[in-house]
Amino acid sequence: MNNEMKIPSFPKEKFGFANKNERIHDVKFETKPIGYFKDAWLRFRKNKSAVVATVLIIFLLLFALIVPFVSNYTVSFRDGYYKTVLPKNATLAPLGIWNGAKVQRETQAGYDYYRSIGVETGRPAVLEVKSQSVDANGIRYYSLVVDSYIKVGYTYVNLTEDEFRRLQDYQDSTGIQVIYPLQKTYRTNYVMGNMGANFWYLLQDDGATTNGLAVLDENGNFIPNYLTTANKQQADYTSLRLQGDNGGEDGNTWFVYGQRNQSGYKARVDYYEYFKYKNNFEPVFLFGTNIYGQDIFTCLAAGARLSFLLAISVSLINFFIGGLYGAIEGYYGGAIDITMERISDVLASVPFIVVATLFQMHLADKVGVLVSLLFAFVLTGWVSMAARVRMQFYRFKRQEYILSARTLGANDRRLIFKHIYPNAIGTIITAAVLTIPGVIFTESILSYLNIVHFETSSLTSIGTMLANGQGYLSTFPHIILFPAMFISILMISFNLFGNGLRDAFNPSLRGADE
Amino acid sequence: MGKYIVKRIFLMFLTLFIIMTMCFILIKMLPLPAIREMGRDVNLILAKREQMGYNKPLLVQYFLFLKSVVLYWDWGVGEQMYEALNVWDVLLQKLPYTVTVNLYSILLAIPLGLGFGIYSALKKNKWQDHIVSTLVVVFISVPSYVYAFIVQYLFCYKLGWFPLTVESLDNVSFFSLGMARSMMPAVLSLSFGVIAGLTRYTRAELSEVLTSDFMLLARTKGLTKAQATYHHALRNAMVVILPMIIGEFIGIMGGSLIIEKIFSIPGVGNLYLNSIGVRDYNFFMALTVFYTFIGLASGIIIDISYGFIDPRIRMGSRK
Repeated sequence: MNNEMKIPSFPKEKFGFANKNERIHDVKFETKPIGYFKDAWLRFRKNKSAVVATVLIIFLLLFALIVPFVSNYTVSFRDGYYKTVLPKNATLAPLGIWNGAKVQRETQAGYDYYRSIGVETGRPAVLEVKSQSVDANGIRYYSLVVDSYIKVGYTYVNLTEDEFRRLQDYQDSTGIQVIYPLQKTYRTNYVMGNMGANFWYLLQDDGATTNGLAVLDENGNFIPNYLTTANKQQADYTSLRLQGDNGGEDGNTWFVYGQRNQSGYKARVDYYEYFKYKNNFEPVFLFGTNIYGQDIFTCLAAGARLSFLLAISVSLINFFIGGLYGAIEGYYGGAIDITMERISDVLASVPFIVVATLFQMHLADKVGVLVSLLFAFVLTGWVSMAARVRMQFYRFKRQEYILSARTLGANDRRLIFKHIYPNAIGTIITAAVLTIPGVIFTESILSYLNIVHFETSSLTSIGTMLANGQGYLSTFPHIILFPAMFISILMISFNLFGNGLRDAFNPSLRGADE
Repeated sequence: MGKYIVKRIFLMFLTLFIIMTMCFILIKMLPLPAIREMGRDVNLILAKREQMGYNKPLLVQYFLFLKSVVLYWDWGVGEQMYEALNVWDVLLQKLPYTVTVNLYSILLAIPLGLGFGIYSALKKNKWQDHIVSTLVVVFISVPSYVYAFIVQYLFCYKLGWFPLTVESLDNVSFFSLGMARSMMPAVLSLSFGVIAGLTRYTRAELSEVLTSDFMLLARTKGLTKAQATYHHALRNAMVVILPMIIGEFIGIMGGSLIIEKIFSIPGVGNLYLNSIGVRDYNFFMALTVFYTFIGLASGIIIDISYGFIDPRIRMGSRK
């Protein structure tokens, strides 16, 4: 009581209202609020590998979406001559990399054969002679860099009168020689060289199984072996002529550029230029072609688009079904939980490959391959999602804030969607995103194993492409290389992305690799 | 414990029964393929079909099927392939290939996976750990068939170390060097993923145990780091790692369909794929049950093994 303060008395006039003329309220926050997702984003941004993975995924997704629209080719495009050509990039080709060429070991006959292709057109098939060697039996071998596009050489085409005319007009207007003279040794029973279309030079042996060994003149040049005629306009050919085709010594022997047959004309064309004439673009296949002559670049994008479409649909559907199922299980618990858990246990125990097979057998003819595959994925796919949601519900439903909300009269629906879901959403989103690579991977396996048949003219999938290339792994590894690379990069990226997402949503779990 | 095991096994058979029933009905709803004319076998297959009641109502058929399976362990005969041969005999004949390939791959993977995992846990957050962890992410993500292509291209075509396909039993005996060598590509392709998975798991478990209090106590009472790690950390980490390894061992019966296809291993997976290809429903049914059973059994054995490995874990108790 000693330290009681002595309060002096104040006169009444000295009292007044503070802040009488101004409003008192909290100052509005200058900074933006950081919500759950913003918070997660801030953490996600710090995870470098996850950011890189995200960029890669976006890149692959854009690749799958855009390429089918801008590519010169479609999935149904098949070229009978440019089968298994190697990857080529028009910009990098002059530098000697990515130029659609590969090293081949050839004998003298093979060397002659490939060397001859460039002579007429001025576009050599042999880019470089790397080395020569003579083996113990005295056979000379050449190691050649051969352009897989040019080595196709010439082909015979059957054209109608009208088409032949138009091709000549094209030659006249562009000045590019497409039609080349027919040869004396022209036979259809040649096994080699596009039915003999490539043997424009004098052969040592012109039997059906010729090896293409050439008769060379004293300078080592090929001796042309063209069919000649006295009629300059034979087969109505009035267009460009080869250099040296000036009527011969007597001024009256012209090369023959076409031969009349039942349907029109048979002509020998340089396939590279003929391709350009037919399709209006250069034959360049960025990732090469497969054994059917399909462009791998376009097919890969189309297959990836299909996979992404399937995976994202599955992920969304599972998100909804699994979310609802898990919520009911977890929220109500008890007998409902046990019964529902039994059902999902049974479904989860069926091997997925069996489900996929049965769905294909039953539904593929009725609703289509893709839809039945989607059904198969959905039938068992939601179970793991439901289990996750159920766990989250068990975690949150006994907490005090739920009790208080219930006391305030919130009904079940409000509790589930307003109070529990938002807390569990991070885990659920992570799980939903991580179903995407799983679906893409499983789909590729199913189509690889031919359980799912995507082999229609306009559909393809990564697994189908891998299966097509498997028999050619030793000779043409590029057919498998690009799809395999695509799926590997996609899987790695999604794994890193998923890890980043989980760490961002659940910082307490950081570093636990599971 | 005993009660728990009995309950689990009962539930497993219940699940198996439900799945078997569903599959049976779904398969019977498909049109029955005609038997290819293959001489005297046709009559045998037709007689078998008659015996199994193929022209009777579905429920009667299912009853007959269950009866022959439960009483005589008779899964029918091959109709489209392995004509008139007993399905189960063919399956048993194929099983050794699948089991051997997977056994080799696990025997290769376990020491490597454990080794890398322990090493990177001990070097946690040092550069060695970062390298191992990065490689693990890569190896765990890349699909096994991509390894198969790489192995096949590199080791079979380019270097010529291994033959392309698995040797047939006519040439070499099962446990011989030639057979092991011809299985190597498949074994390698299977191993990469398992090694990476095991490494990640071991690293995560061990690094958690290494930071726990009893490790500090062990060091305080005078154990060297190696002793403490070996006697205390590893043993505790194994509680979680061993069941995973046991699960892998059960899983080797199932094998990998895609690896068997790529390396044309005449195993169970190939049998299954062929049965789908030619629509032989007897094989399909038997193999479906086989795969389902393996999946269920490995789940149970993993769960039970927790209790055996670490008696502190009491099975069947409510959480």
